[in-house]
Amino acid sequence: MTDLFKRRWIQSAAVLSVAVSALVACGKKEEEKKEVQSAQAVKTEPLKIAFAYVGPVGDGGWTYAHDNGRKALEKEFGDKVTTSFVENVPESADAERVIRDLASQGNKLIFGTTFGYMEPMLKVVPDFKDVKFEHATGYKQAENMRTYDSRTYEGAYMAGVIAGKMTKSNTLGVVASVPIPEVIRNINSFTLGAQSSNPKIKTKVVWVNEWFNPPKETEAATSLINSGADILFQNTDSPAVLKTAESKGKRAFGWDSDMTAYGPKAHLASSIINWGPYYIKATQEALDGKWQGGGHSWWGVKEGAIDIVSIAADVPADTKAKIDEVKNGLKNGSFAIWKGPLVDNSGKTILKADEVGDDKFMSGINFYVKGVEGKVPGSDKK
Amino acid sequence: MDTYALLIASTLNAGTVLAIASLGLLVNERVGIVNLGAEGMMLCAAIAGFATTVHTGSDVLGFLAGAGSGALMALIFGLLVIYLNTNQYATGLALSLFGAGFSAFVGVNYVQAKLEDRMHYGVPGLEDIPLIGPAFFQQHPLVYGTIIFAVILVFFFNKTKAGLIVRSVGESPESAHALGYKVRTIRLWAVIAGGALCGLSGAYISIVYTPLWVEGMVAGKGWIALALTTFATWRPMRVLLGAYLSGGVTMLQFHLQSIGIDVASQLLSMLPYLATIVVLALISRNPLWIRVNMPASIGKPFYPGN
Repeated sequence: MTDLFKRRWIQSAAVLSVAVSALVACGKKEEEKKEVQSAQAVKTEPLKIAFAYVGPVGDGGWTYAHDNGRKALEKEFGDKVTTSFVENVPESADAERVIRDLASQGNKLIFGTTFGYMEPMLKVVPDFKDVKFEHATGYKQAENMRTYDSRTYEGAYMAGVIAGKMTKSNTLGVVASVPIPEVIRNINSFTLGAQSSNPKIKTKVVWVNEWFNPPKETEAATSLINSGADILFQNTDSPAVLKTAESKGKRAFGWDSDMTAYGPKAHLASSIINWGPYYIKATQEALDGKWQGGGHSWWGVKEGAIDIVSIAADVPADTKAKIDEVKNGLKNGSFAIWKGPLVDNSGKTILKADEVGDDKFMSGINFYVKGVEGKVPGSDKK
Repeated sequence: MDTYALLIASTLNAGTVLAIASLGLLVNERVGIVNLGAEGMMLCAAIAGFATTVHTGSDVLGFLAGAGSGALMALIFGLLVIYLNTNQYATGLALSLFGAGFSAFVGVNYVQAKLEDRMHYGVPGLEDIPLIGPAFFQQHPLVYGTIIFAVILVFFFNKTKAGLIVRSVGESPESAHALGYKVRTIRLWAVIAGGALCGLSGAYISIVYTPLWVEGMVAGKGWIALALTTFATWRPMRVLLGAYLSGGVTMLQFHLQSIGIDVASQLLSMLPYLATIVVLALISRNPLWIRVNMPASIGKPFYPGN
């Protein structure tokens, strides 16, 4: 046996053994699935629900919050539903393939949980008329596709109320992700909240142009601290900003999920999204045959979709009382965050005194309010 | 002024992550092996290092675990490409994909874990000097270690017999073999060393730089390190320069944003890559130099005859 031949032999043996073990593993999975399926077939067929996630469920933020919603839904309906998810689906042509795949696997209710799935989903929707599609944070609907979103800016405003009270340098820093109206609205709402408890507030904004990139988020947070911000806020998906504040002795907030564990000393509060109530409502409608496409749901504090939790012990009682006031006001409709008089940071009047910004106004926000430094990226073009 | 001192400090820190991994890949490529698995090795090392530090409370053990896991993965890679002559690029890509998945899998329970309070680092006596102290002397020991290591590498490759042997393996494995050097053994050790350094960089990210674990947290630094090695034409000092340049421009663009300068942030985001490529392409523009510096056998398998 020559050396070369021996090597070939070892190589093919190795490949073969990997292939065989993979096959065996697949076979096992199939069997398990079949068993599960036949056991359930005796009862009524469960509703198959699928989720497409942009990040990993372990991101501790945006996707983690969606997955908590999925778990809440599972708990609520038990064996009446089966859920599955695909994580790390990029906002590209891959998304269409994944969503199409989910639909053809017999899922009857599909949630796409990031803005970038809007177009891919719209392409799939006409081919699966019996499947119900739900898209988070988008604005385009179809006969069997509707959209839902949460009023994250309400959480941002409440975080701002705390930040305005707790800052010593009167300078707040925001690590911003991608310049879309939602994020700009959050930066503004955070600033408005801060100004409600401290009119001298300035907000500095740094864009990382990505949703999830912990080292880059760290760098952005560091540079904000370097230029004088002592309280940080972020619209990115990982806990890196809070962690950076923790290691530099500054304060910061959790976003999307409760992030206390990542920076117990730095953590001021977490603005969380609770997707559970909406997922439960949508599933209930699908089970009852009452699901209707084409609409948009925008849920906030009122519906239990947004909350601010784990407020730090050193936040004064009157600030906490003010947060409760804001929450109550949002619930009974007596308080509006986007209410005039309001000017943007170039001095232009946006809302006249007592004028309230409606949802349409809010979905088109493309300016910074007074107190935010700099210019919205790309705003010159309009 | 203080702001600029801090800017320099964060530049050094940001550059170090890239520099360690890049120098590791440089060692790797000097013997003619390209390991595209850097990202995967860094991710596995990040979770190995983080988990070890969480359980033991010791940063040093965390770094060792990171370097060890990088070395282990590189060993597997090395055995495949050097002894079984599998395709280097395909095997490296597989290693990257495997590392991304595997690190996510083992890291699930560490997503919310936290490290003990981070220590303060500084060079005694120098760290309190105004401006210069905060700019240069309040860094993690690895920041200085990286610079020293780059200097040692230059010396090793140019002035020592062992270094020349390593280079000869990368230039012409046939000649090295004919002279009686064990080409495959040398290659394997260089690959392992490269993996250990990538691992160290991964552990630095999860223990010092962004002290937490989240899936996919290396976020492309491994790929940038790979590119940096090539653009720096396999020269340690240029790797170092490129790494600091990339880190510096990254920090500078965030700084410009935070002082409210009126340039599109999307454009600024692109700057670190652009600046690094332009500068390194300019200083290494001489085609002769590129050929001289590029290991001639890079990417090619070697059969020690039958």
